[in-house]
Amino acid sequence: MAYVSTGEKMYHWDFYTVAQSFDLFLLGLWTTFLYTVGSISIGIVFGLLAAFARLSNWMALRILARTYQEVFRCTPLLVQIMWAYYALPLILGIAIPNYIAGLMMLSLYVGSFYGEIFRGGINAIDKGQREAALAVGMSGPQAMRHIIMPQAVKKMLPAFINQSVIQVKNTSLLYAISIAELTYMTYVVNGETYRPMEAYTVAAIMYFALLFPLTQFADYFERRMRRSD
Amino acid sequence: MTEPNAIDEDKKMTDTQDHIISVRGLTKSFGALQVLKGIDLDLPAGEVLAIIGPSGSGKSTLIRCLNMMEILTTGSFSFRGSPVSTDFRDKKGHIGAGTLRGKVGMCFQHFNLFPHLTVIDNVTKGPMIVLKEDKATAENHARELLEKVGLLDKCDSFPSQLSGGQKQRVAIARALAMRPDVMLFDEVTSALDPELVGEVLEVVRELAEAGMTMVLVTHEMAFAAQVADRVIFIDQGVIAEEGPPEQVMVNPKSDRLKSFLTRFNG
Repeated sequence: MAYVSTGEKMYHWDFYTVAQSFDLFLLGLWTTFLYTVGSISIGIVFGLLAAFARLSNWMALRILARTYQEVFRCTPLLVQIMWAYYALPLILGIAIPNYIAGLMMLSLYVGSFYGEIFRGGINAIDKGQREAALAVGMSGPQAMRHIIMPQAVKKMLPAFINQSVIQVKNTSLLYAISIAELTYMTYVVNGETYRPMEAYTVAAIMYFALLFPLTQFADYFERRMRRSD
Repeated sequence: MTEPNAIDEDKKMTDTQDHIISVRGLTKSFGALQVLKGIDLDLPAGEVLAIIGPSGSGKSTLIRCLNMMEILTTGSFSFRGSPVSTDFRDKKGHIGAGTLRGKVGMCFQHFNLFPHLTVIDNVTKGPMIVLKEDKATAENHARELLEKVGLLDKCDSFPSQLSGGQKQRVAIARALAMRPDVMLFDEVTSALDPELVGEVLEVVRELAEAGMTMVLVTHEMAFAAQVADRVIFIDQGVIAEEGPPEQVMVNPKSDRLKSFLTRFNG
């Protein structure tokens, strides 16, 4: 009974041991950062392709984009990553390195959500804007680039940042295929030090430090946008 | 081919070249609904043409066909004697829709200014992108036009900081910046508070007096009667009556036009 309440029996935090492996955490954080930036960059391309396909007049393109988005939005990312790493090589008959499988699935996954965000932002712009741009002689792509996109980006940005914040955390699922990102490295440090509490606390602080500025920026931006409206 | 026919052909060509816009047998359908049911219309240089008619008669659709904002379902369309194609670019003796829109300025009921750009950028955007004018040239021209519409002091304002009447005057300057041959006004005062209508009509009147070829879709009957050289009354997708304003608006022939005008004159 007294086990929980007595001071000397309480968990003794020891960050010193874990701090010995700080370079491993930093390496993990750097890897997390690289996969985030990589998958967001490629995801933007997939998202734009999906959005423009969904907005196109060609039904085949619309169906293709819709199928892509629904498949990736309606299955868990962890399942997608495992599938790409273990099942896809069996179908294709070639080995897929874990970094390719991981980056590809993270990008496709975030791209499917970006697609909806981009499409929503473009659709939110009054059709009179496109008409006014066409009326001065601009082509469809010129109207999109100079008139619609600059306004749509403003509307998309809060949802885009939100999705990107989730994306940073989603990279932690790469631990399942042994990619040395922050969560995997925490696992490694824990294995070496037997200090799970400290190891995962350090990881949590690192994720937080990476993401908190981003969410603050999103809030600031949203406030500013509301003012300018 | 006999000699007289050849002369006829020549004469027809000259006729259409005198007209800035010429449409024959224009129909426009949206799905199963046929809105315009065969319109023939010539617009000579310098003419001010007013289009009147009840709501849903097709007058807005007609003016939107005149810069290919709506693509004709059937019919022919020529601009200064050259046929206009539905493709954006010019090709093989056809003027493309893009070129046409550069030559035919349009102002909308809801202004449709670009909210992310300042007043002067709203005016310079078209010339810089479409006509490839350099910034200095485009801005000088924009300032002249904004001065003409009385808004030179608003160059650096954003559209959200302007009144409805000011927005519409900027929209007129934006269309004029393309140095159009014709201006189309689609119910440009319908969305305005009554006290702001006058300032916009004044700008339109000045343009008319300066000799600009114009087409106005309007509910301002008194104004149409004053500035228009010709009035057409559209009813159920066809031109039901046309002629000089004193004829169409003072001595209407058809009962439908009579009852339409009575509603406006109270």
